[in-house]
Amino acid sequence: MVGTKCKTCGKVFFPPRSVCPHCRRNGKIVEYKCSGKGEVLTFSVIHSASDQYAAMKPYVLAIVELEEGTRMTTQIICEPEEVYIGMPVKSVFRVLDREGTEGIIHYGTKFVPNLA
Amino acid sequence: MRDVAVIGAGITAFGELWNTSFREMCTEAGVKALEDANVAGEQIDAMFVGSMSAGRFIGQEHVGALVADYVGLGGDLHIPATRVEAACASGGLAFRQAVAAVASGMSDIVVAAGVEKMTDVSDATDVLAGAADREWESFAGATFPGLYAMIACDYMNKYGLTREQLAQVAVKNHYHGAKNPFAQFRSEITQSTVLKSTLVASPLRLFDCSPVSDGAAVVIVCPFKRAKEFTDTPIRVLTSTQSGDTIALHDRPDFSTMGATVAAGNSAFKQAKLERKDIDFVEVHDCFTIAELCAIEDLGFVPKGTAGKFTEEGQTQIGGKLPVNTSGGLKSCGHPVGATGIKQVWEVVQQLRGEAGKRQIDGAEIGMTQNVGGTGATVVSHIFGRA
Repeated sequence: MVGTKCKTCGKVFFPPRSVCPHCRRNGKIVEYKCSGKGEVLTFSVIHSASDQYAAMKPYVLAIVELEEGTRMTTQIICEPEEVYIGMPVKSVFRVLDREGTEGIIHYGTKFVPNLA
Repeated sequence: MRDVAVIGAGITAFGELWNTSFREMCTEAGVKALEDANVAGEQIDAMFVGSMSAGRFIGQEHVGALVADYVGLGGDLHIPATRVEAACASGGLAFRQAVAAVASGMSDIVVAAGVEKMTDVSDATDVLAGAADREWESFAGATFPGLYAMIACDYMNKYGLTREQLAQVAVKNHYHGAKNPFAQFRSEITQSTVLKSTLVASPLRLFDCSPVSDGAAVVIVCPFKRAKEFTDTPIRVLTSTQSGDTIALHDRPDFSTMGATVAAGNSAFKQAKLERKDIDFVEVHDCFTIAELCAIEDLGFVPKGTAGKFTEEGQTQIGGKLPVNTSGGLKSCGHPVGATGIKQVWEVVQQLRGEAGKRQIDGAEIGMTQNVGGTGATVVSHIFGRA
């Protein structure tokens, strides 16, 4: 997971940003590789999805805060009843959706439980 | 800056209007508003049209020109018409542009319209997901109910809000909507209706969600000094505010607080030199039940974490301390996204004129609106008073 970091204030951004919203013109943005470890801040089990995600439902949608302090919206690959606020998770590279049987396959980041 | 008044308002029924096209809805609401204001086309200086996604819902862009043409203002009169977009706040923002045009002195008589035709597509969920961050929320599988569900999950965890209290928001809004002849759902429901309805995105169920709707609403504004030329009951626009926030929910410091609502509300009260207790009723953006609770807290009417109890006590119902969404709100009146912000103004006008029929609040003097785009990246708020 490659995000960005502002060398002026030290904040890490994933999703990446090219302007630091805190330092703005005084910021200095560089690439930054995130550890991929974090915890669930809030979640919802999606039972009604738009067409391209319908095959996956029910699936767990969550906001994850990474160790570096930045937050992202993602899916947790686990049973719906397993997820809880504060659950430790780690990132994995997965298929997000497919454009039909012959279309483009989109890949991205999802998370799995990272229990001790 | 000149004071501004609303001098006319018109609305279509909200619902699944399969026999009425986008332009026909605008024409119906527009003609009603022009008749209400007793304004002739030649007197109109400009028009603003709020629509979130006509391009994806009906494949039509350039809807400012389309609407102006079909209400008879385009061809001969060449009136400038501008489309305004801020997702579900498009209507509120179109109204704000109209107010700004009059207040600045650039125009005198201005039409603000809001419209959406949503039932012609099968996958409205995906179109609506475009109001969030497409790349970093929707592509991850976030639906709009899913995002508000994550707000609800956070809120319930922090403040101990019960599922029953959340359901009561929908029950109350259906109670109001049953009294509104233009509402999509004019039937009362019980808590059990909500709690037994299909899970959409836990903890939110079908009856926590506003519907997919068609509809249009139009209001006419002019300088306050000229209002009496057109109506005996002008409604004064006491203030107009707009605030922004991060596009994505995940970038907000507190998921249960809509920062843009706090900012827009604070500016509104400061500019209008009013206190919270001065507001007699409010129309807020209850796209989901949780959103109404956050709205009345973030506008400062009740402390954070207490709106569920306040609702449970009946204080947001007609007759309570602060009637909320007497129109039925987005939940019961319906939510044709671009029309909603104008419908809120329409409802305030009905109440302040004393023309709200069975849902009339006794002695309503000052009303407020709050219209949200996305999960709160745009919030538009207005306060109105009887002139």
